[in-house]
Amino acid sequence: MDIDIRVEHDDFSSQQETDWLRANAADAGAVVTFSGLVRGQENGRDIRALVLEHYPGMTEKSLRAIVDEAATRWPLLGVVIIHRIGELLPGEQIVFVGISSAHRAAAFAACDFLMDYLKTRAPFWKKCLFIEGGHWIAAKESDEEASKRW
Amino acid sequence: MIDVHYFANIREMLGVAREQVALPQPATVAALIDTLVVQHGGRWQSLFNETRVLTAVNQVVVPITAVIKDGDEVAFFPPVTGG
Repeated sequence: MDIDIRVEHDDFSSQQETDWLRANAADAGAVVTFSGLVRGQENGRDIRALVLEHYPGMTEKSLRAIVDEAATRWPLLGVVIIHRIGELLPGEQIVFVGISSAHRAAAFAACDFLMDYLKTRAPFWKKCLFIEGGHWIAAKESDEEASKRW
Repeated sequence: MIDVHYFANIREMLGVAREQVALPQPATVAALIDTLVVQHGGRWQSLFNETRVLTAVNQVVVPITAVIKDGDEVAFFPPVTGG
């Protein structure tokens, strides 16, 4: 299995990642990708920017552990996880998960699983900057519930 | 010494990102928390009393009963909100 895990400030190209997944998996019959974006509003208030903080070292290890867990559940050929850090503006891409597998069911499920686990287990924190100040986003019960589906 | 790290709103609340703490051995995370509260008082006390704090030892999330030793990296942070 080819694995590419990146935590970086720079933006990414979904197309380039999809091409990499295709190029590295001759037996793949499916590539599923998910791109997460910075929303323009939080609880009805306009967002100026999100600031993403992480725990260098632990973040990469946690993401690798999540990928290894996914690989025990589905026959995956390739996995890409990109999570951006630093200040991001509304509409910008924040996270990418891409999966290649022989069949689509495994690729869809693994992509969904990786997003649920990433949101509840990898040490990232979002601070929301509004025009008139900022606050740290609280962890959502619904994300924790979603991660228990698996 | 224990290498202590704080992240996100906890770092902002305490005004500290990282510190070195001497701790008699053998020790646990709970003992480290007691020492921090005794050393710093105020904000540390309210943090560990009132806020949901997760602990990682050497970058693995553990309960506060976990044993720690000199040279370990201990991090305190809030529930994660990535993705």
